[in-house]
Amino acid sequence: MALAQAKLDLTETRLAEMPAPTGEAGWAGEARSAAVARVRAMGLPTRRDEYWKYTDPATLTQAAAPRAAVFDADGEVPLYADIDRLKLVFVDGVFDPDQSDDLAMEGVEIERLSDALKKDIHWARDLFGVLETRGQDPVERPLAALNTGFATDGIVIRATAKVARPISFVYLHRDETSDAMLHHVVRVEKGAEVTVLENGPAAARFNKCMEIDVADGGAFHHVRAQGRDHERRAVTHMFARVGAGSTYKSFSLTANGAMTRNEHVIELTGDDAIAHVAGAAMGDGANAPFHHDDTVFVTHDAQCCESRQVFKKVLRNGAEGVFQGKILVKPDAQKTDGYQISQALLLDEDSSFQAKPELEIYADDVQCSHGSTTGAIDETALYYLRSRGVPASEATDLLVLAFLAEAIDEIEDPRLQDDIRSRLEQWLSRRRRS
Amino acid sequence: MLEIKNLHVKLEEEDKQILKGVDLTVEAGKVHAIMGPNGSGKSTLSYVLSGRDGYVVTDGTATLLGEDLLAMETEERAAAGLFLAFQYPVEIPGVGNMTFLRTALNAQRKARGEDEISAGDFLKLIRAKAKDLQIDADMLKRPVNVGFSGGEKKRNEILQMALLEPKMCILDETDSGLDVDAMKLVSEGVNALRDEGRGFLVITHYQRLLDHIHPDVVHIMSDGRIVKTGGPELALEVEKNGYADILEEVA
Ligand SMILES: Nc1ncnc2c1ncn2[C@@H]1O[C@H](COP(=O)(O)OP(=O)(O)OP(=O)(O)O)[C@@H](O)[C@H]1O
Ligand SMILES: [Mg+2]
Repeated sequence: MALAQAKLDLTETRLAEMPAPTGEAGWAGEARSAAVARVRAMGLPTRRDEYWKYTDPATLTQAAAPRAAVFDADGEVPLYADIDRLKLVFVDGVFDPDQSDDLAMEGVEIERLSDALKKDIHWARDLFGVLETRGQDPVERPLAALNTGFATDGIVIRATAKVARPISFVYLHRDETSDAMLHHVVRVEKGAEVTVLENGPAAARFNKCMEIDVADGGAFHHVRAQGRDHERRAVTHMFARVGAGSTYKSFSLTANGAMTRNEHVIELTGDDAIAHVAGAAMGDGANAPFHHDDTVFVTHDAQCCESRQVFKKVLRNGAEGVFQGKILVKPDAQKTDGYQISQALLLDEDSSFQAKPELEIYADDVQCSHGSTTGAIDETALYYLRSRGVPASEATDLLVLAFLAEAIDEIEDPRLQDDIRSRLEQWLSRRRRS
Repeated sequence: MLEIKNLHVKLEEEDKQILKGVDLTVEAGKVHAIMGPNGSGKSTLSYVLSGRDGYVVTDGTATLLGEDLLAMETEERAAAGLFLAFQYPVEIPGVGNMTFLRTALNAQRKARGEDEISAGDFLKLIRAKAKDLQIDADMLKRPVNVGFSGGEKKRNEILQMALLEPKMCILDETDSGLDVDAMKLVSEGVNALRDEGRGFLVITHYQRLLDHIHPDVVHIMSDGRIVKTGGPELALEVEKNGYADILEEVA
C-alpha cells in the first residue's frame, strides 16, 4: 500500500538528514540497508496511526531535536552509587571510554557496537536488527527500524555465565540540542545471567533500541531510570526473545520528561519462560509538559509461560499518561498465565490517563487477567495521616509511594529496589522543600 | 483544656444541620464521657474538632489551650496536642505501620521545633509501647490497619496515642469491637496516660468501658446538643433505662 504523501514527505525529510554509517562489515551494511528499506516501507509514525492515537510522535519524527535544558542535579547522589557495577558512560549518545570502566569482566563479552559491526561476530550478526525485524509484526515500529538503520553507538553484550556485577549504562546529557541514537544487543547464553542498568536522560532527544535474546534457562534483569530533565524526549524499544525456562524482567522509573514512549516487545518462545515488565512514572506538568507512554506487546508462543505487566503512574498539573498493553496468546501456548495491571493516580483534574489493555487469545487453557484504573488520592487516608500530624504534602507523598510500591516491588534485586525507592523518597522530599 | 462554645455545624454538601449548639469544657486532668443515641452527632463533633473536610461551622468556637482550633489545619491541630482515636480506623494499603508511626511522630516533633527521633530510639520506643498493648511485631510491619481485625485496629489507635502523647485525647467508641481482654488492655493504655496535664473525651455507648476508665463527668448528647451533664451515675442510669427517660425529662 502506498504511503500517504504527508507520511512519505515526513519519512524522506528525516532520512535525508541521517548520515549513513560507514566502514562497517558487509553483513552490517546489509542489515542497515534492510532497516532503511523497512522505514521507507512503513513510513514514520504520525498521530493518525492507530498505535499513536494517544501519543503525538511529531517531536520524535521531526528532523531536528527540540531543545531540552540540562537538569541541574545540584549535588544529588546519582542512582546506583552504592551498587558495585561495571560503568559504561555515554555523553549525548556517544560512548566515552575515559569515564567508563574497562570492558573486561568475567563471564561476559562486552564490545562497543561500532567495533562489533566491523567484525564478523556471528552471534551479534544473528541478532542485530533481527529481533527488531521480528517485532515489526503484527504492529509496525518504524522508529526502531530507523534506529537499526542509523545508530552507530551502543554496546553488545554476550553473557556466558552468571555475571557478578551489573552492567550499568550511564547516559549523560550535556548539549541542549543533542539528538542521540543508541543500539544495544544482549545475548544471554544457556543458564547465564546478567543485569543491565540504565540511568540518565541521554540527550535532548533519545532513540534507543535494545535487542535481548535469552537462551534456555538464562536470566536478563533490567532496571532503568530515565533522568530528571524536564524537556527531554525519548522513544525506546526493548525487543526480547525469551527461551525455555528463562527469565526477562524489566523495570523503568520515569520522573519528568516532556515525551517518553517506552515500548516492550516480548516473545516467549520456550516453555516455562517468564517475562515481567513494570514501570513507575511520576509526572508533573507544572514547569514543562509531561507525557509518558508505556506500550507493551507480549506474545506467548510456548506452553506454561508467565507474563506480568505492572504499570503505575502518578500525574499532576496537566501531566499525561498512556498505557497500551497487549497479551497475545498463540494457539499452542496452553497453560499461559498472563497478568496485566495499569493504574493512574491523578492528583488533580487537569491530568489525564488513557489506557488500552488488550487480550488476544487463541489457546483454550489459559489464565489471563487485566485491569486498569484511574483514581484520585484517597481523601480519607489523607485525613487520617494529617490527623496524626503529618503535613498534607508529606501525607500525599506517602500515599504516592504506596501507590507506586507494587511496581517497584517487581524489581528482584533488593539492593536495586531499595536504591530506587530511596531515590524516589529523596526526590519527593526535595520537591516538598523547594 | 478543650473549650467548645455554642458550636453549630452543618454538612458542606447538603443543607443539613448536625450540631446545633454544643457547649462543652474538658479541664486538664479530667475524663469526660459522651453518650447519646446513634446519629446524635458524637462522631461529627470529633471530626469537626480534628478538622475533617465536609463540615461547615456556622456558629460557635472551639479552642485547645486557648488556641482557636477551627482556624488550624488538621495537622496543626495534631501538633497542638489534639488526638482522635477513630470510630472506624482507616486502612492505608502500601504504607507500613512503622513508617506511618515514625513519620507522624517526627512530623509532630518538627512542628514543635524538636529534633527528629533516631531510628534506633524510635524502634526501642515503639517496641515498648507495642508490648504494653500486646501488639506483635507483625502488626507493626504490615500496612496501616490493612487486614487488622476490628479489635487490632482499635489497639493500633491507642498505640498511636501512647506514642504521640497528645494533650487532649478524643476516643470515639474505642470500646466497640473489643473483646473483654482487649478492653482491659486498652483501658490500661488510656489510664496510663491519665495525668494532670491531659484531658480525655470518651465517646461510648456502654458502661463497660467506663468501669475501667472512670469518668469525672458524663454528658448526654441528643440531636446535636449536650442535653444533660452529670457524674458517673448518669452512665449507669443510661445503662439501666436507656435514653428515653432522660430525653423526655429534658424535652
Ligand atoms: N458526611 C455526612 N453525610 C451525610 N450525613 C452525615 C454525614 N456526617 C454525618 N451525617 C449525619 O449526621 C448525623 C450524626 O452522625 P454521627 O456520626 O455524628 O452520629 P453519632 O452520634 O456518632 O452516631 P453513632 O452512635 O451511631 O456513632 C447522622 O444522622 C448522620 O447520618
Ligand atoms: Mg459515631
